[in-house]
Amino acid sequence: MLIRETIFLAIRAIRRNVLRSSLTILGIVIGVAAVISMVTVGSGATQKVTDDISGLGSNILHVRTGQGMRGPGGARSSADAFTMEDLTAIRNGVAGIVAVAPNSQTSKQAIAGNSNWSTTVIGTTNDYLLANNWPMKDGREFSDNEIKAGGAVCLIGETVKEEIFGDESPLGKTIRLDTIAFKIIGLLEEKGQSNFGQDQDDVVMIPIKTLQRRMAGNTDVDSIIVSVKDGVSTSSVQSGIESLLRERRGIKQGDDDDFHVRDMKEIIETVTGTTTVLTALLSAVAGVSLLVGGIGIMNIMMVSVTERTREIGTRLAIGALENDVLLQFLVEAVVLTSFGGLAGIVVGLSAAALISHIIGVPFVFTPGIIITAFLVSALVGMVFGYFPARKAASMNPIEALRYE
Amino acid sequence: MTVSDMNSKDRTRLIQIENITKIYGNGQNAMKALDGVSLDIHQGEFVAMMGPSGSGKSTCLNIMGCLDTPTSGSYHFDDVRVNSLSRNQRALLRKQFLGFIFQGFNLLSRTSALENVELPLIYRKIPAKQRHVLAMEALETVGLAKWYHHTPAELSGGQQQRVAIARAIVGKPKILLADEPTGNLDSTRSVEIMEMMKKFNREEGITVVMVTHEPDMAEYADRQIFFQDGVIKSDTLMEGQSC
Ligand SMILES: Nc1ncnc2c1ncn2[C@@H]1O[C@H](COP(=O)(O)OP(=O)(O)OP(=O)(O)O)[C@@H](O)[C@H]1O
Ligand SMILES: [Mg+2]
Repeated sequence: MLIRETIFLAIRAIRRNVLRSSLTILGIVIGVAAVISMVTVGSGATQKVTDDISGLGSNILHVRTGQGMRGPGGARSSADAFTMEDLTAIRNGVAGIVAVAPNSQTSKQAIAGNSNWSTTVIGTTNDYLLANNWPMKDGREFSDNEIKAGGAVCLIGETVKEEIFGDESPLGKTIRLDTIAFKIIGLLEEKGQSNFGQDQDDVVMIPIKTLQRRMAGNTDVDSIIVSVKDGVSTSSVQSGIESLLRERRGIKQGDDDDFHVRDMKEIIETVTGTTTVLTALLSAVAGVSLLVGGIGIMNIMMVSVTERTREIGTRLAIGALENDVLLQFLVEAVVLTSFGGLAGIVVGLSAAALISHIIGVPFVFTPGIIITAFLVSALVGMVFGYFPARKAASMNPIEALRYE
Repeated sequence: MTVSDMNSKDRTRLIQIENITKIYGNGQNAMKALDGVSLDIHQGEFVAMMGPSGSGKSTCLNIMGCLDTPTSGSYHFDDVRVNSLSRNQRALLRKQFLGFIFQGFNLLSRTSALENVELPLIYRKIPAKQRHVLAMEALETVGLAKWYHHTPAELSGGQQQRVAIARAIVGKPKILLADEPTGNLDSTRSVEIMEMMKKFNREEGITVVMVTHEPDMAEYADRQIFFQDGVIKSDTLMEGQSC
């Protein structure tokens, strides 16, 4: 039989029973829509996270004590903290570095007049702003003297300014952290939320020395942020830092590091790894729904073949070969599931667009998954349509003609 | 004149059946539908098969039509031994040489007369345009050209059977096999159908084998074969028929 006629015939057979056909392909529609929307939203989320993190600076390394994500949780507390000497050593000893900033954090109440606000205090240097690519909105950075001597001065983030001073300019004003009065010398540019939903503008920055001496009472640096020059590989800098710190911390050959250097790539991989696993899981669920949909197709095709027994007998008598009948029903099943696939793609993309809009991730159109979804739904028709088609083709013409 | 005298004449033998039996079921349920039937049918004959219900007429016709195979004995169609053909090869024979007409018309419902007639041509992979022309011609010969777009539900029984005839002859078969073609029709319609089949037999030289219960209809044939209990009781050439 001619393929065009076969497809035409299939469409006509499907249209004769629009309601039944629609219900039959519902499983396929849901399955395909689920896969399409999950994958689309998933890649949107991945892209957003990747964009956000690289926005932070993909050339940034974080050096922390402890053994990192892989190590046991208790390792960190037993490891010695870094000191400012470590930073100096890194700056002088490792090539390809733009900035090395200390990062010690603590939580404090910031008080000015009647207002008070609980915020994060970061003890650091001007390098922190450089490394994080974080400009000033107003005022100035720390002076060398303030850094060295541990002056009672601070830079504040937009949120702290809003909460404590409202519309007024905070420059030159004083806020108290614990009992210490700090003079505000600068206002930071707004930075927005971090990937983990933290408000990065809810911050007060003070010289590291001030934090060590007047708040913590030690000379510790909790972690170090290193920004690598453009065009220099972060991994070479990373290994440079590692060997230097191993030496400084007296770690013997063969012993594990009691610190770790993480780059943004690693963080990106962790995060996207999570979304990939999630996408894979949901896709598996969608796959099951496709399987169920396929069984539905098989069921309805069996019913259809039985209903049309006389028609099949007539066709066989007037010249249809076994393969013609096989093809007829196979094409019908494939056309049916392909319709399901198309409907699923439309529904899936619409759902993805809606969800992306609601959760605020970009809508990433992936042609590959759409083509795959379509082909898979056609394949489902072929696989699950084969058995009913085989049944139709192998009918005994006489019995089929006599069938009531 | 006897049938065997006919055989000596130089007409092409189309069907040669030798001592065939057909047994349905097995063991205790075994049912002998045909019990040693032999007959030859020649090109251009118009044969009526008659006999009481259950005598094996349809069974014999189905075997002739390559829809069924005999349990024993041999069947040659156009000198091809059908017994040894595969299912698919028999289907090919049907497609190329045979036209069927059924008691119940067996038109595809919700499908126009024209499309019903086109169906055998589709299986012969004839392109749409040519198919259309041939099918319209066939409808014309059965006097239904005007009704080409009507579906079976919109046609009377007689008209439906005429569409079925158009469908059977559109592929120019060598032989037309009809199982009680007038069984569902009143006498006026039946006569119409018989006239039509007679015309195809005379003018187009199509061999016709027809099963019927009605002696009036059998009158149209030039040879009448009587079946009883799975055997041929009599096989007579009719008076006044040209041979
Ligand atoms: N598929 C079958 N299975 C079992 N027995 C069958 C089958 N087909 C026919 N028979 C039996 O074979 C015998 C001959 O049947 P057949 O249909 O050839 O008779 P017929 O002469 O055409 O009768 P009718 O005039 O009623 O159509 C009958 O007894 C019938 O019951
Ligand atoms: Mg019968």
